[in-house]
Amino acid sequence: MQQDAVPISSILSLLTGDGGNFLGIIFLSLQVTITAVTCAGLVGLPLGAGLALVRFPGRTVIIVLVNTMMGFPPVVAGLAIFLLLSRSGPLGELGLLFTPKAMMIAQFVLVLPIIVALTRQTIEDLWTEYQDHMTSLGAGRLRSIPTLLWDARFSLVTTLLAGLGRASAEVGAILIVGGNIAGFTRTMTTSIALETSKGDLPLAMALGVVLMSLTLVINSLAFGISRVGARFSGKS
Amino acid sequence: MRDTTSMLPLIVRDLRLEMDGRTLLDVPLARIQNRQRNVILGPNGAGKSLFLRVCHGLIAPTSGRIEYTLPVSATEIRRKQAMVFQKPVMLRRSVRANFTHALAMAGVGWYERRRMADEAMAQFGLSGLADSPARVLSGGEQQRLAIARAASLGPDLLFLDEPTSSLDPTASRQIEDMLDVLHERGVTLVLTTHDLGLARRFADVIFFFHNGRLVEENDAERFFTQPETEEAKAFLEHRLFW
Repeated sequence: MQQDAVPISSILSLLTGDGGNFLGIIFLSLQVTITAVTCAGLVGLPLGAGLALVRFPGRTVIIVLVNTMMGFPPVVAGLAIFLLLSRSGPLGELGLLFTPKAMMIAQFVLVLPIIVALTRQTIEDLWTEYQDHMTSLGAGRLRSIPTLLWDARFSLVTTLLAGLGRASAEVGAILIVGGNIAGFTRTMTTSIALETSKGDLPLAMALGVVLMSLTLVINSLAFGISRVGARFSGKS
Repeated sequence: MRDTTSMLPLIVRDLRLEMDGRTLLDVPLARIQNRQRNVILGPNGAGKSLFLRVCHGLIAPTSGRIEYTLPVSATEIRRKQAMVFQKPVMLRRSVRANFTHALAMAGVGWYERRRMADEAMAQFGLSGLADSPARVLSGGEQQRLAIARAASLGPDLLFLDEPTSSLDPTASRQIEDMLDVLHERGVTLVLTTHDLGLARRFADVIFFFHNGRLVEENDAERFFTQPETEEAKAFLEHRLFW
């Protein structure tokens, strides 16, 4: 019982901003995650829409592969990127291993399949509804992509937030490619893993609280946006 | 009546649509005349909607030809015609944006399309709804939006698939008024219906379909007083069951 008093007060002092290291970790986490998800969105949304609408041989195989990649084990992704970026690897020249950029790449690789797969499903469903109208207006499948992406905007924001959720909670891949270097590649999740095994529970728990709050914010946003979206799709 | 600048009449020749060995549509000859109110009449499953879709170019026929009087390009044919679907497709946007989107797809510039959208909304009593999300409108308002949206594109030829089938009498009346306005403007209208009342009030020409076959093409007045075929006679007397 006596033991508990110390961690709780130290959690509080950490949360109220004692120690610049703590805020640095949070900032780096957000920077890596948001950059990765933004890039994955820029690539994944048009890619998913294209996959939904363009017919080409091997399309079904690609859809199954992308869906499978949604469940890609992060440590395996981390290992693959580690091998690519390591000194003797094909991209070793770039010297990216154990940098925040390597972590961004890892999270990009993990989030991209989620965004592509969910976007494809959303756009394909919307296309069955819009097809006649768009064809009647003389717009083919390719020309319809911007219309469909815009009209699916509320579902797609939820898709991006799902990607953000996966990226922010992820630890295996960024631990491998980032190396968990203090002050450089140490994020919330990797710190929690390290501090827990070191026995520094207050820091681990304080970071856990922040991570949970972040997840809460992401989910509240997703919920709010889907409510606004329901109004526009006439389901309110 | 012959208008030398119009691509109409549209002549359908030896049109057949087959799927899995079944003949869904069989139209030896049909002429859609310029500026007429053409009504495709027939019981459910007669192939009325399919015929409309084939004429509009949404479905390619198995064989046969759809000929326009003037030699016009495929793009121009597309530009000169529009279609309103049985279940109107409402984009997840405001009413105004539904207009501007359609006009943008037709290649109308940014300022011009806002002006044309406002004009079309004012003309058909939709201005008050301009900023509402289109999908929260009532069924009748959605149908009016769909027709006004198609009309804003300035088509010569407008196809309408069962435009009043799911509406109450007041909303149907409004739709019929809109169609009268378009008719006076010189738009050639082709609509499908199984509603004899609407056909009697509205049609200049009747195309009577049964089991995918164009059974009778006749002047509306003659069709209702002296139908030429047994099937049409049976349909008018409400005793056509298959």
